[in-house]
Amino acid sequence: MAGIVSYGAYIPKYRIDRKIIYKAMGWLNPATYMPGEKAVVNFDEDSLTMAVAAGMDCLKGIDRNNVDVAFYAGTTAPYLERQSAQIMATAFDLRSDIRTADFTDSTKSGTTALLSAFEAVKADGAKNAMVCASDCRHGKPGSAQEEIFGDSAASILMGQENVVADLIGSHSVSYDFVDHWRAAGEKFDRQWEDRFIRDVAYKNFIIEAITGLLKKTGVDIKDVAKVAYPCLYPGDFKGIAKKMGLEQSQVQDPMLANVGYTGTSNSIMLLVAALEDAKPGDKIIVASFGTGSDAVLFEVTDNLEKIKSNHRGVKKHLAAKRELNSYEKMISFRNILPLEKGIRGEAMPFSAMTELWRSREQILGLCGSLCKNCNTPQFPPQIMCVNPECGVVGQMEKYRFADKKGKLFTYTGDSLAYSVNPPAIYGMVDFEGGGRYWFDITDLDLDDAKVNMPVEMSFRRKYIDEKFGIHSYAWKAVPVLD
Amino acid sequence: MAEGIKDKVAIIGMGCTRFGERWDMGSEELLVEACTEAIEDSGIEKKDINAAWFGSCMDDNNVGKSALPLSLALKLPFIPVTRVENFCATGSEALRGAVYAVASGAYDICLAAGVEKLKDTGFGGLPDMPSALGTKNRFLMPNVTAPGGFAMMATAYFAKYGISPKEGKEILATISAKSHKNGINNPKAHLRREVTVEQIINAPMIAWPLGLFDCCGVSDGAAAAIVCRADMAKNFRPDPVKIKSMQIAISSGEELMYQDWDGSNVRTAVHCAASAYEEAGIKNPREEISMMEVHDCFSITELVAYEDLQTSARGKAGDDVRDGFYNMDGKIPCQPDGGLKCFGHPIGASGLRMMYEMYKQLQGKAGDRQIDNPSIGLTHNMGGFPAMNLISIAIAGL
Repeated sequence: MAGIVSYGAYIPKYRIDRKIIYKAMGWLNPATYMPGEKAVVNFDEDSLTMAVAAGMDCLKGIDRNNVDVAFYAGTTAPYLERQSAQIMATAFDLRSDIRTADFTDSTKSGTTALLSAFEAVKADGAKNAMVCASDCRHGKPGSAQEEIFGDSAASILMGQENVVADLIGSHSVSYDFVDHWRAAGEKFDRQWEDRFIRDVAYKNFIIEAITGLLKKTGVDIKDVAKVAYPCLYPGDFKGIAKKMGLEQSQVQDPMLANVGYTGTSNSIMLLVAALEDAKPGDKIIVASFGTGSDAVLFEVTDNLEKIKSNHRGVKKHLAAKRELNSYEKMISFRNILPLEKGIRGEAMPFSAMTELWRSREQILGLCGSLCKNCNTPQFPPQIMCVNPECGVVGQMEKYRFADKKGKLFTYTGDSLAYSVNPPAIYGMVDFEGGGRYWFDITDLDLDDAKVNMPVEMSFRRKYIDEKFGIHSYAWKAVPVLD
Repeated sequence: MAEGIKDKVAIIGMGCTRFGERWDMGSEELLVEACTEAIEDSGIEKKDINAAWFGSCMDDNNVGKSALPLSLALKLPFIPVTRVENFCATGSEALRGAVYAVASGAYDICLAAGVEKLKDTGFGGLPDMPSALGTKNRFLMPNVTAPGGFAMMATAYFAKYGISPKEGKEILATISAKSHKNGINNPKAHLRREVTVEQIINAPMIAWPLGLFDCCGVSDGAAAAIVCRADMAKNFRPDPVKIKSMQIAISSGEELMYQDWDGSNVRTAVHCAASAYEEAGIKNPREEISMMEVHDCFSITELVAYEDLQTSARGKAGDDVRDGFYNMDGKIPCQPDGGLKCFGHPIGASGLRMMYEMYKQLQGKAGDRQIDNPSIGLTHNMGGFPAMNLISIAIAGL
C-alpha cells in the first residue's frame, strides 16, 4: 500500500508570550486576549524558508534521487510568479526531471497537496512524492489574528516502500465559504464575523469531512487512536470532539497554546505530532479547514519506530525555544513596522538572475565540489582544487554541504552592518569532513557565540530587494539544535 | 635569474593632502593638491613625466573606472596613464606600477597618484563589499563589513593565545592610544586628539570585539610620488629615497576555503614579508628596520602585522605593545604619522601616504615627529579581509 514514508516539521525558535502582544496592542481591542505563547519567525525566515527546514527534516535518511514530485503548500509564498516548490527543490538538491507545484490560496491546501502526492505515488507516477506545507500569516496589529496566528511548517514524504503509515482513505468537501480573504497585493487577511465562521463553517465542514471519511472507509470513530484538526475557536474545537463522540485522549493537541494556528501547515503539523506518539496499528485521522475540509485516514505500520529517531519533528523543534520579549521586534521581523535602515541599509547591490541561474546549485542548494583526487570538499565549487598539495584541474564532483555539520572557528557580531536583528553575526565554518567558508549566523545571541561551537546550516532569506521585487535566499549557519 | 628592483629606483618628490572630511574638495582638487606638492618637491616639471599610474578604489563614490580623472585633473600631455585598483592596497599598487616601469628601463620619470573621496557615501565606515566582489558574492557572501571582517581575526587571535576579551581589548587599546598620540604631531592628520586606553576600551562596540577607537578614520585625501632612475635621482635633489623592495602577495583561496589557516594571522603578509626582506637584504627585521607604517585599518590588524612582519615573535606582539617597543621612543616607531587610525584612510591614497611618511622621515623633514636618524622604513598596505586579501610591502632607505 501507499502512504507516508517519512515526515518532518519546523517550528521557528522564537516564541512570544501573547501577553506581550496584548500589552502592546490590547488597548485597541480588549477582546483579543488569548492565553499562551506562539511561534514566530526570525527576520530572515518566511513561509519558504520554513518549508525548506521541514523538508530537510523529512529527507533525513531518504535517498533524494527517488523524489519525483515536490509540492509546496501555503498561502504566504514569497512570489506570486516564481514557484516556491521549485526553489525548495533546488534547495534540497533534487533532480531536475521531477514535477513541482504550489498548492495555495486556501489553508486546506496542505492536505490537498498531501492527497495529490499520495495519488501520484499510487498511480506509479512517482516513487516518492514530497509535500512541504508552510505558512507565515500576518495578523494586523491589534487584531485577534495577530494573537492566534503562529508560524510553522511540516513535511510528508509519500511512497509505496517502507511505508510508516498507510493512507486508508480520504473525504473532501469544498465550498466557496468566505470567512477570510486576501486580494492580490495585500499583506493582511480580512475576516468576516467570527459567529458566522463558527456556526456555519468551522464545525460543520470538519464534521462533514470526517463523517464522510468514516462512512467511506467503514471505520468506527472509536477505533481511531487520534483525530487531528485545527483549533480556530477553543469552544467549538471541543464541540467538534463532542459531536463526533471523541474521548479527550483521542483528540490531538492543536498546539494553540504553544505554537498558534499556523494556517496551511496546521493539519500537516498536527499529523506529524500524532505520528510521533503513535504505535503500530494506530489509526489517525487528520482534517484541515479552509474553504471546505479534507479528512484523511492513516494506519500506522511497524516501520514507524524505525524512522522516529531520524527526525526532529514537532517535539524537538518545540523544545528548542528562544523567548522573543519584544512586540516591536516581532512586527519588525515581519516587515510590518517601517524601520530606519540608514543609507547603508537602503543600498542594494544588483541581483543578476543570470548569475543565480548558473550558480543556483551553490546559492540555493549549498552544493560545493569534492576533489576526486584528494577528497577535499570545497565551497563554493572550484575548478582547480584548493588544497595546495593537490591543485588538480577539473577533477571535481558535486558535494552537498547543506546537511553537513561544522564548527564555528571564528565569528563577530557586527553593529555597523545593517540587520533587522542586530548585531549581524557571521563567522567562518569548518565543515565536518572538510570544507570551509564564511556564513551569516542566525538564531544566535552574540553572548552565546563561542569559538568552535557546533553549527549546522539553515536555508534563510538573505535580503529583499524592494525595488526589483526580489526575495533572495541563501544558507546560514545556526547552532546545532540537538 | 630575476634580479629584482633593489636600488634601481628612487623617489624624488612626494605630496599628500590633509586627510579628513574634506566636504569642500572633490577628487580633482585633492589630486591637484597632492600632485602639485610632489612635482614641486621633486624639482621636475610636469612635461618631464614619462608615464603615470593612478589608484582609486570605490568607483561609485569616487571618480569612476578609468585613468582619465588623473590625466584630466593634471592636464597631462597625452602620456601613458594607467589606472590600478587592489582594494585598500590601491595606493601601493599605483606606486608599484610607477616603480616597476622605471626599473624596467621603459621610462626615466614616472608619477604615481592615488585619491579617494570616501565622504560622499552618506554614512560612516566603508561601503559594503558584496557588490565589490562580483555578481555571485551578492548572493553568497555574508553581511560582512570591514570592521567585522577583521574582528573575526581578533576573535581567532584571542582564542588561539588564550587571551580574555578584557586583556585583548587592553592590548588593542594600547595600540590605538599610541597612534592617537602620534597623530597630534601631524598637521595633515584627520584625527588629532589624544585618547586614553580607558576611553578606547569603553567606546561603543562596532564589531565585537572591536570598538569605535579600534577602527581607523574614513577620510578623503590624495597622495602622490615622483619616481625616477636611481642613477639620475641626485640631479634633482641631494636626498632621494631609494626603493629597496616592493612586493605583493595575494590570497590563493586557502584561507577562506581550506582548513589549514587558523585565522590569527594574515598569511599573505608572511609570504610578502619574506620576499621583501630577501629583495632588500634584510636578515633580522626586528634589528634592521628603523620605522614602519603598517596597515592599521583596525587595531588587531596592526597587532598581527607585527608578528607577520617578524618584528615581534608569534603570540608575543602584545608584550611588545605593552613594553612600548612600537612607540615613538621605542625600538621601531610604528605609525609615526598617526597611521590609518589617525592620519585617516582614503583608500586609493593610503599606500602612498605611508611612503610619504617614510620619505619625510628618511629626509629628516618630519617636523615635530622626526625619528632619530632612521635608515630603513617599511610600509605594509593591506587590501581585503584576513580571509581573502593582498598585502603590499615596500622598503625604502637613503
